[in-house]
Amino acid sequence: MTVAVELLSVSKTYDKVAAVRNVNLVAETGQVLGILGPSGAGKSTLLRLIDLLESPDKGNVILRGRKVSAGARDAHTIRKRIGMVLQKPVALNRSVSNNIAFSMNIRGWDEKDVARVVSQELKKLGLESLAKKNARTLSGGEMQRLSFSRATVYSPELLLLDEFAANLDPRNVALLEDMVRAYLAGGQERAVVLVTHNIFQAKRLCHRIALMWDGEIIEVADNKKFFESPDDERTAAFVNGDVVY
Amino acid sequence: MAGLFTYDVLEVTLLSLYVSGCATILGSSIGIPLGALVGLKEFGGKGAVKTITYTMYGFPPVISGLVVYFLLSRSGLFGFLGLLFTPTAMIIAETLLVIPLTAGITITAVTEVDKSIKDTITAIGATPRQRVLTVMREAWVSLIMAAMIGFGRAIAEVGAAFMVGGNIAGETRVLTTAIMMETRAGHLGFALGLGVVLITVAGTVFVFLRYLQEKELL
Repeated sequence: MTVAVELLSVSKTYDKVAAVRNVNLVAETGQVLGILGPSGAGKSTLLRLIDLLESPDKGNVILRGRKVSAGARDAHTIRKRIGMVLQKPVALNRSVSNNIAFSMNIRGWDEKDVARVVSQELKKLGLESLAKKNARTLSGGEMQRLSFSRATVYSPELLLLDEFAANLDPRNVALLEDMVRAYLAGGQERAVVLVTHNIFQAKRLCHRIALMWDGEIIEVADNKKFFESPDDERTAAFVNGDVVY
Repeated sequence: MAGLFTYDVLEVTLLSLYVSGCATILGSSIGIPLGALVGLKEFGGKGAVKTITYTMYGFPPVISGLVVYFLLSRSGLFGFLGLLFTPTAMIIAETLLVIPLTAGITITAVTEVDKSIKDTITAIGATPRQRVLTVMREAWVSLIMAAMIGFGRAIAEVGAAFMVGGNIAGETRVLTTAIMMETRAGHLGFALGLGVVLITVAGTVFVFLRYLQEKELL
């Protein structure tokens, strides 16, 4: 295992409110790193910092050993190596096929390769019969699986998932979680960072878990330790469902 | 009904379409990309730029005509081009009126594209140019609306067209200036007839633009 992404003393403040405070965190290849925490803890902000959608006020984001920055001229080149799926299913106003093709088209892939990969993805998603339909006519679950496909079809080395299965039915949650496992199994250099407040999902998917609380990381542990013998009492309370959020 | 026999109504109608069509295409070609940049880029003074653009919605056509007249008159900066009292001068004046409308509507349109869509486009690795173009495509319906409103202003315009065109028969006479002339001459019935032609022409163009607006870009 190697370090996929590292946060060094990262802080971010919005309108004098600290969303992320002095966070140090490492995500390793071959693993799903979960970031658990109540709503408003700063989890999504942390993910936006990793994906260079925001710049930290302090500290550094290190991707594969290289310091990266949202303000850099080549930020879009760095983002090309990352995939991100948001909580809200996003469909561009075009056909299902062209939604999948979008991420390959902006990378300048050959048309024949794009068509071949789109065909494979449609088959995997079970959306072949809807290929020419406007993607906005899909159900929430279908749309989220489409979002996942669009974010991973170019084999990014890092996948960021922000509450990606929230508000979906159990069948779609299971399908999406299988897609995460399949993505990770697709290459040894791949890594996943999953933000969630769903402790059950974290338990099912994550190798290591960090608990974020009021902008700070208060505990990082492997799955077993995190759920069975956490060091911090807030982690124990969160895991036991004693925290209202 | 003397007007019927002193100039060709078809020629006047076609010139109206040509001038307002060119002004719409030029105004949209400048205003829509400009509006997209203002709407999607963060920069100091952005609020002021937006306020000025929206204020320009009410820019009086006679002022646009006056500015173009000054620039194109013999002693003006571009007087040497000899464009005053030509359709080109009318296109320039009307383009100046169309730009703020198309730019302003585009600013609003791209700003209102859902943040999650913009984030997804950025997160997926789009270059700044690809991002702007993709967001513009997402706002397609509103951008066509911008062109429609721009065309509406251009085809209905009379003040600037008269000032820099001069309403010269067979040269710069368009439907609006012809209506004004016929009304002044007391040919109210003929003026009304020209009005019906104007509304029919505008309506036909709007139907075409509505077709574009409804068309799904799959």
